[in-house]
Amino acid sequence: MLSVLALTSVVLLGIASQITAIVVYTSWERHALVGSDVRLSCSFFSWQWTSPDVTFSWQYRPDGAKEGISIFHYGGGAAYVDNKGPFRDRLEFVGNPSRRDGSILIKNLDFSDNGTFTCDAKNPPDIVGRPSSVRLLVFEKVNLTSQCSFSGICRLGWEEKMRTFPVPVQAGVVTGAIIGVVLGLLILIVAIYYLMRFLVARRVFSLSMSKHGKKGKGKEGSQQKQAGPLK
Amino acid sequence: MLAILFATIVLHLTDLIILFISTCANAWRTHGVTSYDLWYDCTQSNGVNRCYRTNDADWLQAVQALMVLATMFCLLSFIIFLCQLFTLVKGGRFFFTAVFQILASLFVMSGAIIYTVMSPEWKNESDGYGYAFVLAWLAFPLTLISGIIYIVLRKKK
Repeated sequence: MLSVLALTSVVLLGIASQITAIVVYTSWERHALVGSDVRLSCSFFSWQWTSPDVTFSWQYRPDGAKEGISIFHYGGGAAYVDNKGPFRDRLEFVGNPSRRDGSILIKNLDFSDNGTFTCDAKNPPDIVGRPSSVRLLVFEKVNLTSQCSFSGICRLGWEEKMRTFPVPVQAGVVTGAIIGVVLGLLILIVAIYYLMRFLVARRVFSLSMSKHGKKGKGKEGSQQKQAGPLK
Repeated sequence: MLAILFATIVLHLTDLIILFISTCANAWRTHGVTSYDLWYDCTQSNGVNRCYRTNDADWLQAVQALMVLATMFCLLSFIIFLCQLFTLVKGGRFFFTAVFQILASLFVMSGAIIYTVMSPEWKNESDGYGYAFVLAWLAFPLTLISGIIYIVLRKKK
Protein backbone atom coordinates (compact mmCIF):
# COMPACT_ATOMS: atom_id res chain seq x y z
CA MET A 1 0.00 0.00 0.00
CA LEU A 2 2.74 2.42 1.05
CA SER A 3 4.89 1.36 -1.90
CA VAL A 4 1.98 2.02 -4.30
CA LEU A 5 1.57 5.50 -2.78
CA ALA A 6 5.31 6.18 -3.10
CA LEU A 7 5.31 4.94 -6.69
CA THR A 8 2.33 7.15 -7.62
CA SER A 9 3.93 10.23 -6.08
CA VAL A 10 7.20 9.62 -7.92
CA VAL A 11 5.32 9.14 -11.21
CA LEU A 12 3.32 12.32 -10.58
CA LEU A 13 6.48 14.26 -9.77
CA GLY A 14 8.03 12.96 -12.95
CA ILE A 15 5.01 14.06 -14.98
CA ALA A 16 4.89 17.42 -13.19
CA SER A 17 8.53 18.08 -13.99
CA GLN A 18 7.74 17.45 -17.63
CA ILE A 19 4.73 19.75 -17.81
CA THR A 20 5.64 22.67 -15.54
CA ALA A 21 8.24 25.10 -16.75
CA ILE A 22 10.89 27.04 -14.89
CA VAL A 23 9.41 30.15 -13.27
CA VAL A 24 11.68 33.17 -12.87
CA TYR A 25 10.97 35.67 -10.09
CA THR A 26 12.09 39.28 -9.87
CA SER A 27 10.61 42.34 -8.17
CA TRP A 28 8.02 44.26 -10.14
CA GLU A 29 9.55 47.71 -9.67
CA ARG A 30 12.51 49.14 -7.77
CA HIS A 31 12.95 52.74 -6.69
CA ALA A 32 16.33 54.21 -5.87
CA LEU A 33 17.93 57.59 -5.35
CA VAL A 34 20.44 58.96 -7.80
CA GLY A 35 23.96 58.14 -6.68
CA SER A 36 22.91 55.21 -4.52
CA ASP A 37 23.28 51.47 -5.08
CA VAL A 38 20.43 49.11 -5.90
CA ARG A 39 20.27 45.32 -5.66
CA LEU A 40 18.15 43.64 -8.33
CA SER A 41 17.14 40.20 -7.13
CA CYS A 42 16.34 37.24 -9.36
CA SER A 43 15.36 33.76 -8.33
CA PHE A 44 13.62 30.82 -9.94
CA PHE A 45 11.42 27.85 -9.13
CA SER A 46 12.12 24.54 -10.84
CA TRP A 47 11.10 20.95 -10.13
CA GLN A 48 14.58 19.75 -11.00
CA TRP A 49 17.50 19.86 -8.61
CA THR A 50 19.76 22.89 -9.04
CA SER A 51 22.15 21.89 -11.80
CA PRO A 52 25.84 22.86 -11.84
CA ASP A 53 25.15 24.21 -15.36
CA VAL A 54 22.58 26.75 -14.11
CA THR A 55 22.73 30.07 -16.03
CA PHE A 56 21.54 33.59 -15.18
CA SER A 57 21.37 36.39 -17.76
CA TRP A 58 20.45 40.00 -17.21
CA GLN A 59 19.38 42.30 -20.04
CA TYR A 60 18.86 46.08 -19.88
CA ARG A 61 16.47 48.10 -22.03
CA PRO A 62 16.38 51.88 -21.50
CA ASP A 63 12.97 53.55 -21.40
CA GLY A 64 11.71 54.31 -24.88
CA ALA A 65 14.53 52.37 -26.54
CA LYS A 66 13.95 49.91 -29.32
CA GLU A 67 16.08 47.03 -28.07
CA GLY A 68 17.85 45.79 -24.99
CA ILE A 69 21.47 44.91 -24.43
CA SER A 70 22.93 42.11 -22.43
CA ILE A 71 24.77 43.25 -19.28
CA PHE A 72 25.41 40.15 -17.20
CA HIS A 73 25.80 36.43 -17.69
CA TYR A 74 26.55 33.64 -15.26
CA GLY A 75 27.30 30.27 -16.76
CA GLY A 76 29.65 27.36 -16.34
CA GLY A 77 30.38 28.43 -12.77
CA ALA A 78 31.74 31.88 -13.76
CA ALA A 79 30.12 35.35 -13.73
CA TYR A 80 30.69 37.75 -16.65
CA VAL A 81 29.82 41.39 -15.95
CA ASP A 82 29.41 44.29 -18.36
CA ASN A 83 32.82 45.69 -19.34
CA LYS A 84 31.89 47.74 -22.40
CA GLY A 85 28.36 49.01 -21.95
CA PRO A 86 26.70 51.62 -19.73
CA PHE A 87 27.33 49.60 -16.55
CA ARG A 88 31.07 48.95 -16.85
CA ASP A 89 32.81 49.08 -13.45
CA ARG A 90 29.41 49.57 -11.78
CA LEU A 91 28.00 46.06 -11.89
CA GLU A 92 28.69 43.37 -9.31
CA PHE A 93 27.36 39.86 -8.96
CA VAL A 94 26.05 39.33 -5.42
CA GLY A 95 24.03 36.20 -5.97
CA ASN A 96 24.49 32.57 -4.97
CA PRO A 97 23.68 30.29 -7.90
CA SER A 98 23.65 27.12 -5.85
CA ARG A 99 20.90 28.74 -3.74
CA ARG A 100 19.05 29.79 -6.92
CA ASP A 101 19.89 33.47 -6.39
CA GLY A 102 21.05 35.45 -9.40
CA SER A 103 21.01 38.98 -7.96
CA ILE A 104 23.18 41.81 -9.23
CA LEU A 105 24.24 45.07 -7.57
CA ILE A 106 24.37 48.30 -9.56
CA LYS A 107 26.41 51.08 -7.95
CA ASN A 108 26.28 54.85 -8.31
CA LEU A 109 22.98 55.18 -10.13
CA ASP A 110 22.24 57.91 -12.64
CA PHE A 111 19.05 59.08 -14.37
CA SER A 112 20.15 57.34 -17.54
CA ASP A 113 19.79 54.00 -15.72
CA ASN A 114 15.99 54.26 -15.82
CA GLY A 115 14.64 51.28 -17.71
CA THR A 116 13.64 47.64 -17.66
CA PHE A 117 15.98 44.89 -16.45
CA THR A 118 15.11 41.38 -17.59
CA CYS A 119 16.42 38.28 -15.80
CA ASP A 120 16.46 34.93 -17.58
CA ALA A 121 17.40 31.83 -15.62
CA LYS A 122 17.91 28.33 -16.96
CA ASN A 123 18.29 25.17 -14.92
CA PRO A 124 19.19 22.34 -17.33
CA PRO A 125 17.29 20.19 -18.25
CA ASP A 126 14.48 22.56 -17.19
CA ILE A 127 15.01 25.36 -19.70
CA VAL A 128 11.51 26.21 -20.92
CA GLY A 129 10.25 29.35 -19.25
CA ARG A 130 9.68 33.08 -19.55
CA PRO A 131 12.15 35.70 -18.37
CA SER A 132 10.93 38.15 -15.76
CA SER A 133 11.37 41.94 -15.80
CA VAL A 134 11.92 44.54 -13.11
CA ARG A 135 11.57 48.26 -13.73
CA LEU A 136 14.11 50.61 -12.23
CA LEU A 137 13.05 54.15 -11.34
CA VAL A 138 15.81 56.54 -10.32
CA PHE A 139 14.64 59.51 -8.28
CA GLU A 140 15.91 62.94 -7.53
CA LYS A 141 17.17 63.60 -4.03
CA VAL A 142 15.43 66.53 -2.35
CA ASN A 143 16.92 68.55 0.47
CA LEU A 144 14.70 69.17 3.43
CA THR A 145 15.10 72.66 4.80
CA SER A 146 13.69 74.21 7.93
CA GLN A 147 13.32 77.83 8.81
CA CYS A 148 12.87 78.75 12.43
CA SER A 149 11.65 82.17 13.48
CA PHE A 150 12.48 84.03 16.67
CA SER A 151 9.32 82.80 18.35
CA GLY A 152 10.48 79.21 17.90
CA ILE A 153 7.96 78.21 15.20
CA CYS A 154 9.71 76.16 12.54
CA ARG A 155 8.50 75.70 8.99
CA LEU A 156 9.50 72.58 7.09
CA GLY A 157 9.86 72.73 3.36
CA TRP A 158 12.02 71.51 0.55
CA GLU A 159 13.90 73.12 -2.25
CA GLU A 160 13.35 71.62 -5.65
CA LYS A 161 15.93 71.61 -8.35
CA MET A 162 14.91 73.14 -11.65
CA ARG A 163 15.68 70.00 -13.59
CA THR A 164 12.91 67.46 -14.28
CA PHE A 165 13.02 64.09 -15.96
CA PRO A 166 10.26 62.39 -17.99
CA VAL A 167 7.97 59.94 -16.18
CA PRO A 168 8.28 56.54 -17.81
CA VAL A 169 5.11 55.17 -19.39
CA GLN A 170 4.37 51.48 -19.43
CA ALA A 171 3.53 49.83 -22.74
CA GLY A 172 -0.13 49.90 -23.68
CA VAL A 173 -1.28 52.45 -21.10
CA VAL A 174 -1.72 55.28 -23.59
CA THR A 175 -3.30 52.93 -26.14
CA GLY A 176 -5.86 51.63 -23.68
CA ALA A 177 -6.61 55.09 -22.35
CA ILE A 178 -7.31 56.59 -25.79
CA ILE A 179 -9.50 53.67 -26.90
CA GLY A 180 -11.38 53.64 -23.61
CA VAL A 181 -12.09 57.36 -23.59
CA VAL A 182 -13.30 57.48 -27.20
CA LEU A 183 -15.56 54.44 -26.83
CA GLY A 184 -16.88 55.80 -23.55
CA LEU A 185 -17.75 59.12 -25.19
CA LEU A 186 -19.45 57.27 -28.04
CA ILE A 187 -21.62 55.22 -25.67
CA LEU A 188 -22.43 58.36 -23.67
CA ILE A 189 -23.50 60.31 -26.76
CA VAL A 190 -25.66 57.43 -28.03
CA ALA A 191 -27.26 57.02 -24.60
CA ILE A 192 -28.01 60.74 -24.33
CA TYR A 193 -29.47 60.74 -27.87
CA TYR A 194 -31.85 57.88 -27.12
CA LEU A 195 -32.76 59.40 -23.76
CA MET A 196 -33.71 62.69 -25.42
CA ARG A 197 -35.80 60.86 -28.01
CA PHE A 198 -37.52 58.88 -25.26
CA LEU A 199 -38.30 62.02 -23.25
CA VAL A 200 -39.69 63.87 -26.26
CA ALA A 201 -41.79 60.85 -27.17
CA ARG A 202 -43.21 60.74 -23.62
CA ARG A 203 -44.20 64.40 -23.75
CA VAL A 204 -45.92 63.81 -27.09
CA PHE A 205 -47.65 60.75 -25.61
CA SER A 206 -49.02 62.62 -22.59
CA LEU A 207 -50.37 65.43 -24.83
CA SER A 208 -52.36 62.99 -26.98
CA MET A 209 -53.63 61.26 -23.79
CA SER A 210 -55.30 64.47 -22.52
CA LYS A 211 -56.91 65.12 -25.95
CA HIS A 212 -58.29 61.56 -26.02
CA GLY A 213 -59.74 62.01 -22.49
CA LYS A 214 -61.71 65.17 -23.49
CA LYS A 215 -63.15 63.46 -26.57
CA GLY A 216 -64.28 60.44 -24.51
CA LYS A 217 -66.16 62.63 -21.96
CA GLY A 218 -67.83 64.53 -24.77
CA LYS A 219 -69.14 61.28 -26.29
CA GLU A 220 -70.48 60.03 -22.95
CA GLY A 221 -72.29 63.33 -22.34
CA SER A 222 -74.05 63.18 -25.72
CA GLN A 223 -75.08 59.53 -25.11
CA GLN A 224 -76.63 60.41 -21.75
CA LYS A 225 -78.59 63.22 -23.29
CA GLN A 226 -79.96 60.83 -25.91
CA ALA A 227 -80.76 58.17 -23.29
CA GLY A 228 -82.55 60.72 -21.02
CA PRO A 229 -85.60 61.60 -23.19
CA LEU A 230 -86.08 57.87 -24.05
CA LYS A 231 -86.52 57.00 -20.39
CA MET B 1 -29.74 52.52 -58.46
CA LEU B 2 -28.73 48.96 -57.72
CA ALA B 3 -25.37 49.54 -59.41
CA ILE B 4 -24.69 52.56 -57.17
CA LEU B 5 -25.63 50.57 -54.08
CA PHE B 6 -23.37 47.71 -55.13
CA ALA B 7 -20.45 50.05 -55.83
CA THR B 8 -20.90 51.78 -52.45
CA ILE B 9 -20.91 48.47 -50.61
CA VAL B 10 -17.81 47.31 -52.49
CA LEU B 11 -15.99 50.57 -51.63
CA HIS B 12 -16.91 50.28 -47.97
CA LEU B 13 -15.77 46.65 -47.80
CA THR B 14 -12.50 47.58 -49.50
CA ASP B 15 -11.96 50.29 -46.88
CA LEU B 16 -12.65 47.81 -44.11
CA ILE B 17 -10.22 45.23 -45.50
CA ILE B 18 -7.50 47.84 -46.04
CA LEU B 19 -7.90 49.15 -42.48
CA PHE B 20 -7.79 45.64 -41.02
CA ILE B 21 -4.62 44.74 -42.90
CA SER B 22 -2.93 48.02 -42.04
CA THR B 23 -3.75 47.67 -38.33
CA CYS B 24 -2.95 43.98 -37.90
CA ALA B 25 0.03 43.44 -40.22
CA ASN B 26 3.29 44.29 -38.52
CA ALA B 27 4.97 46.02 -41.46
CA TRP B 28 4.96 49.80 -41.04
CA ARG B 29 8.71 50.04 -41.34
CA THR B 30 11.06 47.42 -42.78
CA HIS B 31 14.80 46.91 -42.83
CA GLY B 32 15.78 43.91 -44.87
CA VAL B 33 14.29 40.93 -43.06
CA THR B 34 13.27 42.92 -39.99
CA SER B 35 9.85 44.53 -39.80
CA TYR B 36 9.05 47.13 -37.16
CA ASP B 37 5.81 48.57 -35.82
CA LEU B 38 2.94 48.68 -35.09
CA TRP B 39 3.04 45.93 -32.46
CA TYR B 40 6.35 44.02 -32.59
CA ASP B 41 9.88 44.18 -33.90
CA CYS B 42 10.14 40.94 -35.84
CA THR B 43 13.24 39.45 -37.46
CA GLN B 44 13.12 36.55 -39.88
CA SER B 45 16.17 34.31 -39.57
CA ASN B 46 16.57 30.72 -40.82
CA GLY B 47 12.83 30.50 -41.43
CA VAL B 48 12.07 31.35 -37.79
CA ASN B 49 10.30 34.56 -36.86
CA ARG B 50 11.72 36.13 -33.70
CA CYS B 51 9.61 38.93 -32.32
CA TYR B 52 10.37 41.36 -29.51
CA ARG B 53 8.04 43.91 -28.00
CA THR B 54 8.07 47.23 -29.77
CA ASN B 55 9.27 50.37 -28.04
CA ASP B 56 7.26 52.08 -25.31
CA ALA B 57 7.07 55.47 -27.00
CA ASP B 58 3.80 57.26 -26.31
CA TRP B 59 3.38 58.44 -29.91
CA LEU B 60 3.46 54.82 -31.10
CA GLN B 61 0.81 53.85 -28.56
CA ALA B 62 -1.34 56.74 -29.79
CA VAL B 63 -0.97 55.47 -33.39
CA GLN B 64 -1.97 51.98 -32.24
CA ALA B 65 -5.07 53.32 -30.52
CA LEU B 66 -6.09 55.52 -33.47
CA MET B 67 -5.74 52.68 -36.00
CA VAL B 68 -7.77 50.32 -33.82
CA LEU B 69 -10.46 52.98 -33.35
CA ALA B 70 -10.57 53.73 -37.10
CA THR B 71 -11.09 50.03 -37.89
CA MET B 72 -13.80 49.74 -35.23
CA PHE B 73 -15.65 52.81 -36.48
CA CYS B 74 -15.49 51.61 -40.10
CA LEU B 75 -16.97 48.27 -39.04
CA LEU B 76 -19.67 50.03 -36.98
CA SER B 77 -20.58 52.26 -39.92
CA PHE B 78 -20.97 49.20 -42.15
CA ILE B 79 -23.33 47.54 -39.67
CA ILE B 80 -25.29 50.79 -39.27
CA PHE B 81 -25.50 51.10 -43.07
CA LEU B 82 -27.03 47.64 -43.35
CA CYS B 83 -29.52 48.54 -40.60
CA GLN B 84 -30.41 51.88 -42.13
CA LEU B 85 -30.88 50.27 -45.54
CA PHE B 86 -33.97 48.52 -44.22
CA THR B 87 -35.25 50.98 -41.61
CA LEU B 88 -34.72 54.38 -43.22
CA VAL B 89 -37.71 56.34 -44.56
CA LYS B 90 -37.93 56.73 -48.32
CA GLY B 91 -35.91 59.73 -49.52
CA GLY B 92 -33.85 59.85 -46.31
CA ARG B 93 -30.07 60.22 -46.13
CA PHE B 94 -27.67 57.76 -44.48
CA PHE B 95 -26.59 60.28 -41.89
CA PHE B 96 -25.40 57.99 -39.10
CA THR B 97 -23.37 55.88 -41.51
CA ALA B 98 -21.69 58.98 -42.90
CA VAL B 99 -20.81 60.28 -39.43
CA PHE B 100 -19.10 57.07 -38.38
CA GLN B 101 -17.29 56.69 -41.69
CA ILE B 102 -15.96 60.25 -41.58
CA LEU B 103 -14.86 59.78 -37.96
CA ALA B 104 -13.01 56.64 -39.06
CA SER B 105 -11.26 58.59 -41.81
CA LEU B 106 -10.25 61.31 -39.33
CA PHE B 107 -8.79 58.72 -36.96
CA VAL B 108 -6.78 56.99 -39.67
CA MET B 109 -5.56 60.37 -40.91
CA SER B 110 -4.40 61.35 -37.41
CA GLY B 111 -2.67 58.01 -36.93
CA ALA B 112 -0.87 58.16 -40.26
CA ILE B 113 0.22 61.76 -39.70
CA ILE B 114 1.56 61.07 -36.20
CA TYR B 115 3.50 58.07 -37.48
CA THR B 116 4.91 59.99 -40.46
CA VAL B 117 6.06 62.89 -38.28
CA MET B 118 7.53 60.91 -35.38
CA SER B 119 9.09 57.87 -36.99
CA PRO B 120 12.08 59.56 -38.76
CA GLU B 121 13.72 60.01 -35.33
CA TRP B 122 13.59 56.26 -34.82
CA LYS B 123 14.54 54.85 -38.14
CA ASN B 124 17.95 54.36 -39.66
CA GLU B 125 18.79 55.88 -43.02
CA SER B 126 18.44 52.55 -44.80
CA ASP B 127 14.98 51.73 -43.41
CA GLY B 128 12.06 51.74 -45.79
CA TYR B 129 8.37 52.21 -45.16
CA GLY B 130 6.38 48.97 -45.32
CA TYR B 131 3.14 48.15 -47.08
CA ALA B 132 0.99 48.61 -43.97
CA PHE B 133 2.08 52.27 -43.80
CA VAL B 134 1.15 52.79 -47.46
CA LEU B 135 -2.23 51.12 -46.87
CA ALA B 136 -2.94 53.41 -43.93
CA TRP B 137 -2.36 56.49 -46.07
CA LEU B 138 -4.50 54.92 -48.81
CA ALA B 139 -7.33 54.21 -46.38
CA PHE B 140 -7.71 57.89 -45.45
CA PRO B 141 -8.98 59.31 -48.81
CA LEU B 142 -11.01 56.16 -49.53
CA THR B 143 -12.90 56.37 -46.23
CA LEU B 144 -13.40 60.10 -46.70
CA ILE B 145 -14.88 59.60 -50.18
CA SER B 146 -17.06 56.78 -48.86
CA GLY B 147 -18.35 59.02 -46.06
CA ILE B 148 -19.16 61.85 -48.47
CA ILE B 149 -21.02 59.40 -50.73
CA TYR B 150 -23.19 58.41 -47.77
CA ILE B 151 -24.02 62.04 -47.10
CA VAL B 152 -25.10 62.53 -50.71
CA LEU B 153 -26.85 59.17 -51.16
CA ARG B 154 -30.60 59.05 -50.67
CA LYS B 155 -32.90 56.09 -50.27
CA LYS B 156 -35.01 55.58 -53.39
CA LYS B 157 -38.63 56.74 -53.10
